[in-house]
Amino acid sequence: MPDIQASPRAAADAPLVEVRGLRTVLGGKTIFDGIDLDVPRGRITAIMGPSGTGKTTLLRHVTGQLAPDAGSIRVDGADVPRLGRGELFDLREKIGYLFQNSALLTDFSVFENVAFPLRQHLRLPEPIVRNIVLTKLQAVGLRGAAQLMPSELSGGMARRVALARAIVRDPMLILYDEPFVGLDPIALNQVLKLIRTLNDTLGITSILVAHEFAAVARVADLVHLIAGGKLVASGSPRELVALDSPWTRQFFGGEADGPVPFQYPAGDYALDLGFPQAEAAA
Amino acid sequence: MSAARRSRVGEALAQVGACGLFLLQLLRATPASLRHARETVRQVWFTGAMSLVIIMTCGLFVGMVLGLQLYYVLSIFGGTAALGTVVSLSLYRELGPVVTALLFAGRAGTSMTAEIGLMRATDQLAAMEMMAVDPLAYVAAPRFLAGIIAMPLLACVFNALGIFGAHLVGVSWLGLDNGTFWSNMTSSVDVWTDVVNGVWKSLAFGAVVSLIAVFQGYTTAPTSEGVAYATTRTVVFSSIAVLALDFVMTAFLM
Repeated sequence: MPDIQASPRAAADAPLVEVRGLRTVLGGKTIFDGIDLDVPRGRITAIMGPSGTGKTTLLRHVTGQLAPDAGSIRVDGADVPRLGRGELFDLREKIGYLFQNSALLTDFSVFENVAFPLRQHLRLPEPIVRNIVLTKLQAVGLRGAAQLMPSELSGGMARRVALARAIVRDPMLILYDEPFVGLDPIALNQVLKLIRTLNDTLGITSILVAHEFAAVARVADLVHLIAGGKLVASGSPRELVALDSPWTRQFFGGEADGPVPFQYPAGDYALDLGFPQAEAAA
Repeated sequence: MSAARRSRVGEALAQVGACGLFLLQLLRATPASLRHARETVRQVWFTGAMSLVIIMTCGLFVGMVLGLQLYYVLSIFGGTAALGTVVSLSLYRELGPVVTALLFAGRAGTSMTAEIGLMRATDQLAAMEMMAVDPLAYVAAPRFLAGIIAMPLLACVFNALGIFGAHLVGVSWLGLDNGTFWSNMTSSVDVWTDVVNGVWKSLAFGAVVSLIAVFQGYTTAPTSEGVAYATTRTVVFSSIAVLALDFVMTAFLM
C-alpha cells in the first residue's frame, strides 16, 4: 500500500508539545525516567512502545489529566501541570482526544455525541450544528448512522464516531489513543487518510499512540519509541526501521528476546508447576 | 482498640471528610450547572416521577398498617376517634420523610450511583473533562439538585397516600365515622410545626441521600465490582445518615 505522505505545508516551526525531564511514578513503578521529546507543529507524531510502557499516560500528561512527579510539559507554550482548572479547560477546547475505548456518551445518539462539544461551548443555530455534525460523520463514513445509539454500534464504528467527535471543533492538536484497534481494512485505510488530510488541510498537529507499525509507518512523520521509562529512539518510520538498535530490532521485529522482557517478572517456572526435581534443586 | 479497627475508623472518617470536600466542589459547580437546566429537569423526572409508583404503593400500605394497628391500640382506651390525628402526625412528622428517604435511597440513589459509576468506568466522565465540560456541573450537580427537589414532593405524595390508606382501613373497613376522622385531624395538625417541619426534614434527607449517591458514584473504582460496592454503600450509608439526621432534626425542631 502506498504511504500517505505529508504535504510540504506540514513542515513546522516550533514544537507544539515540548516534554522535558518527565518523571512519573505510578503505584511504585517508574513509568517515565527523565524523558525529553518534542512534537512538531503540523506533523503526525507517533508514540510507540511495548504494552504498559506509559504511552497513554503520556497523553494524560499532555492533556493535564495526570500531573507528573517531575519535569515540564508545554503545549502551545502553556506549562500544563501549572495550569488552573479554567486555563486547562481553555486549552482542552483546542485539543481533540480519541479515547482507547471510544468513551461515547451512552445516553446520546451518534449525532448528539458528535454535537456535544458544539452544544456545550458554542451557541450555534441548529442548522449549522446539523451541517457540521453531518460533515464530520460523512468524513468517517457514518452519516447514515447518525440516529443510532452507541449500543447499536460495533467497536470499529464507535471508534469512528469518537473520531468524528474529536475533530468536530477543528482542534489545533488531536491525540489518538490506539485509533486503529477494531477497524476493518477499509475503515483503517479511510481513517489513515482522514488523519493525514486533517493534518494537511487544517494544519492540525496529531499525536498517535499505536502498536500497528505498518499503519503508523504509512501516516506518521515522526516516531518516538519509548521503552523502560526512556525515549530509546526517534525518527521517521524509515529511519527507525533502518536503525541498528536492540530496542528497534526487538520492537519492530516482534522478538520475545531483547531489552524488553516478554515475561512479567516471576519466580522459577518449574517450581511454580510443582515439579519435585525443581524443588530438590532449589 | 486493635490496629485493624483503628484503621477502619480512620478510613470511615476519611470518607466523611472526602464527602464533605466533594460537597464543597458540588456547591461550587452548582451555578454552572444551572446552564444545564434541561438536564436537571430530566433528572427530576427520572428520580422523582419514576419513583412515584414505589412511593405511592408503599405510602398506601404504610397508611393501612398504621390505621389497623392504631385503631386496635386506640380501641383499648376508647380513643378510636383520634385515629386521623395520630396517623397524620406520625406521617407528617416522621414516617413520611424517613420512609420516603429510605425508599428514595433504594430506588433513585442506587440508580444515580450505578449510572455515574458506569460513566466513570467507561471513561465518559474523562471524555467530558477532555471536551472541557465539567462533569461535576453537567453530571453530578443536576442529580444532586434533582434529589433535593424531588424528595419533598415524593414525601407529600407518600403522606397523602398514607392518610388515604389509614382512612380506607379506619373508615371504610372498620366503620370509624368519616367526619370524626377528618375533623380531629384538621384540628390537631398544625401546618407550620407539623407539615412544614416534615418538609424541612425531607429537604435535608433529599440533600443527604443525593450527596451520598453522587459521591459514591463519582469516586467509585472503575470496575464492575467497584460499582457494585458503591451501590451497596449508597444504600447503607444513606439509611444510617437519614436515621441519624432524623434524630438530630427532631431534637431541634420539636
